[in-house]
Amino acid sequence: MKRSQRETEDSARQIGRRSLVLGGLFAGTGAVLAGRMRYLQVERADDFRLLAEENRINIRLLPPARGLIFDRGGVLVAGNEQNYRVTLVREDAGDVDEVLAELARIVNLDLVTLDRARQEIARRPPFVPVTVADRLSWAEISAVAVNAPALPGVTPDVGLSRIYPMGGDFAHVVGYVGPVSDYYLEQTGDTDPVLQIPDFQVGRNNIEARLEPTLRGSAGTTRVEVNAGGRIMRELDRDPADPGSDVQLTVDAGLQNYVEARLSGESAGSVVIDCQSGEILALASAPTFNPNLFVRGISTGAWNGLNADPYRPLANKATQGLYPPGSTYKMVVALAALEAGVIRPDETFNCPGHLEVGNRRFHCWRRGGHGRMDMVQAIGQSCDVFFYELAQRVGIEAISAMARRLGCGVRHELPLSGIAEGLAPTMDWKMQNRGASWVVGDTINASIGQGFVLSSPLHLAVMTARLASGRAIQPAIIRSIDGISQLPEPAPELGFDPAFLTHIHQGMWNVNNDRRGTAYGSRVEVAEYKIAGKTGTSQVRNISTAERASGVVSNNDLPWDRRDHALYVGYAPFDNPRYACAVIVEHGGGGSAVAAPIARDILLRAQVGDIPPPELYPSSQRHDIERMHRELPILPSPPVPAGRTVRSQA
Amino acid sequence: MSFLEYNVKFTPTGWRKVFYLNWALILLLTAVASMGFLMLYSVSGGELSRWAEPQMKRFALGFVAMLVVALVPIWFWRNMSALAFGLSLLLLLYVEFFGSIGMGAQRWIDLGFMRLQPSELTKITLVMILAAYYDWLDLSKKSRPLYVLIPLLIIAVPTYLTLRQPDLGTALLLLMGGGAVMFVAGVHWAYFAGVIGAGVGAVSAVFTSRGTTWQLLEDYQYRRIDTFLDPSNDPLGAGYHITQSQIALGSGGWTGRGFMEGTQSRLNFLPEKHTDFIFTTLAEEFGFVGAASLLALYILILVFCIATALQQRDRYASLLVMGIAVTFFLYFAINMAMVMGLAPVVGVPLPLVSYGGSAMLVLLTAFGLVQSAHIHRPR
Repeated sequence: MKRSQRETEDSARQIGRRSLVLGGLFAGTGAVLAGRMRYLQVERADDFRLLAEENRINIRLLPPARGLIFDRGGVLVAGNEQNYRVTLVREDAGDVDEVLAELARIVNLDLVTLDRARQEIARRPPFVPVTVADRLSWAEISAVAVNAPALPGVTPDVGLSRIYPMGGDFAHVVGYVGPVSDYYLEQTGDTDPVLQIPDFQVGRNNIEARLEPTLRGSAGTTRVEVNAGGRIMRELDRDPADPGSDVQLTVDAGLQNYVEARLSGESAGSVVIDCQSGEILALASAPTFNPNLFVRGISTGAWNGLNADPYRPLANKATQGLYPPGSTYKMVVALAALEAGVIRPDETFNCPGHLEVGNRRFHCWRRGGHGRMDMVQAIGQSCDVFFYELAQRVGIEAISAMARRLGCGVRHELPLSGIAEGLAPTMDWKMQNRGASWVVGDTINASIGQGFVLSSPLHLAVMTARLASGRAIQPAIIRSIDGISQLPEPAPELGFDPAFLTHIHQGMWNVNNDRRGTAYGSRVEVAEYKIAGKTGTSQVRNISTAERASGVVSNNDLPWDRRDHALYVGYAPFDNPRYACAVIVEHGGGGSAVAAPIARDILLRAQVGDIPPPELYPSSQRHDIERMHRELPILPSPPVPAGRTVRSQA
Repeated sequence: MSFLEYNVKFTPTGWRKVFYLNWALILLLTAVASMGFLMLYSVSGGELSRWAEPQMKRFALGFVAMLVVALVPIWFWRNMSALAFGLSLLLLLYVEFFGSIGMGAQRWIDLGFMRLQPSELTKITLVMILAAYYDWLDLSKKSRPLYVLIPLLIIAVPTYLTLRQPDLGTALLLLMGGGAVMFVAGVHWAYFAGVIGAGVGAVSAVFTSRGTTWQLLEDYQYRRIDTFLDPSNDPLGAGYHITQSQIALGSGGWTGRGFMEGTQSRLNFLPEKHTDFIFTTLAEEFGFVGAASLLALYILILVFCIATALQQRDRYASLLVMGIAVTFFLYFAINMAMVMGLAPVVGVPLPLVSYGGSAMLVLLTAFGLVQSAHIHRPR
């Protein structure tokens, strides 16, 4: 049945009207949409184009390869190694736990590492790559790459990490690097953008820290296109990083290794210095520690262990440790007296075993006394009374002035973390610091390197070198930077009367080569390697009246930290001095028994350039020396294959 | 009773009908779909088989469906309206209980060769049943409360079911599409004024209910509203979609960055880049020129639909065509407004362009109905 014509017309008219209303609505909406399009795409196009570029392009810093450190012969002391690591981006990983579990099946990850990674991943924004494991082997990193489809969000990566191939030998010279801490940023105020690079390492100690600007280099940049997940799609351009400068030390790695090995087991410090140029050939402190432990961030346990050790492995005893120099100070007094003209070179004194000054009696180390002797003999036999007498004549001001002239009690500028100034006391100093007047007893104590006098092995090595060469050498430890020499000009003469110096040298010769010399046991049999030196035994306690009455208590009966320090300074070869050496063994006992043998070995090692052959030693000692050398923990050379080091990052 | 008053012999019969198809409209639809293929090819990074190829197959399938539907007389479809609507309601109920979960919502039935979204189908069948209803209803009764209540119930049932899935976009589309058919059918203005008033009341109710025990929308729906109102307060979180899509659009400029050169989409800054947000890629790569062209094509399609509707003497045909036109309009207007930051992010695809089988098939079938009306119009 059909509708009526009228109804149909009504319907069509109404639909027509309403359709046109809707049509108007369509048109209006279309106009609004077009207007919005125009607004976004034409009027604000530039703003949005900029935002899109910001989205797309990421500027990333390229870490510079840290400058390498070599010894004087080109042996690598601090290098960079490829550090294969695996990073994970939470956003791309999906189920992090599952991916980590899968990763742990492929590479060997312990629970601690996994736990740390999980915490780090949770802490960081989802698109930031987090290092899950580092120091992986090539095999492990290949396994990760092969299994990439099963490991979403995991990327094998390579970075550079510091390595010290000589282990602990250079810990007290080169120091170590470590991660950038908030504390570091606060302390240094360093705003170099390179510090923001994850896992970037900065020098924390010694040369690594003091030459930080030289070694660091400057960051490069790369502009990369990234996707919304932060993944790098391609590199747009690159401005490579400038690697840090290479540094060559004056130190001889072989000698350094020998010295550290020879000192091992003791709490000791030693410095070997070139008498003519002032170049430091070895600077050792024992016990030492492995700086590689610090590169990754040392564990609390290991750190506490190092700190709790009574031998203080972290302290640099060679430059930081201050000790009463004991009898090694006697050359200072002797030369001061000769220069002042208060004694004729051939003048003699009688040593009855003690000297009365005022109402105090000062003993000679030899209770029976040395009898009558001149300066050469007094040095050779280390007669205390002779120097008590001398010191009273010349006075403390001249002694301390001479000490400073010879390099004691002054600060030597070396790029190391701890350099002690030492102390060559004066009357003013005592008044200012102790609030008391100088008394003659102080002078007498100072004359045998006791009392207020304090020196480090570095001071004593410089003193010995200056005495041996007569030149005002300055210690230096950086030989060159990027091949440009950093050595000081040849040192000027100190201006001593050669006759006086010869006198001192003769006395030091006697120490090692005169039958009555205190270090006669540590003599050298072959003429061209002969050494001269001076022993010292410095007290760290006051000898009580009771002890004096009962006779001196044997060192070995005392607790370790109250025993005497054993010291020795010497140079070689005697005819043409080249090497000066100072050895201090903390609480080691007597200088002649403990320090002198070590120093002889070191000076022979320096002269021979290798393990000294037994023929150089007195025949009665050869057997023991050979055995000692066999047992010495000496590194094979070269210490590390050159291929493991990386010059700069590609 | 029927409004069909013209003589059947005036209409073409048999295969001759093919010549009476609205070929201009077919051309427009193909042009829009082709832009879709191009964009799907681009967003997949030059991979034909990922999205573009399946989309082409669906278009071909839909195209055949459109022709078949077009050749069948419009009065047959009127008689089928109630059946089609009932069927789509059954399917909606089916997904309610057995549907697969996709993208956090329970929306589709897996047919093997494609995933059918009954809610897409319902958009058209709802228009069909309402057109048939007003075809049946005496003109004088159309504004009587009882006869207004009936279509409201018809609209409410599928709207409620899609809202439960939950699919806010489709629910809105159903509501507005159904309302539009009632409006064209001539229901009294006052009802619409009332609905708009009630709508304002409902919006304020939705906002006041937030955080209370009778909260009306899901939390994520509130968040979408929040970020629509101020996308900048959470640029990396919920506002990310809107911010990034506006950056993509804006960075296109006048002529765009070139085909396959859009960095925003290629580098995955755009969410849902092959479905709801495909317009941003078009705008980024072809600029204002490309985006405005697509809008122009859409408007032209609407013009053809309105022209077809106005040519009808059959009440069912004209209401159906207008209903389809409005639904089509709502699709692209809401989608474009959404990606341009004029409307909140609701899941509405860009018609014939977004990747998705159901919408493509349903829309082409709907245009088959328009063609059928066109062929079988009085002349």
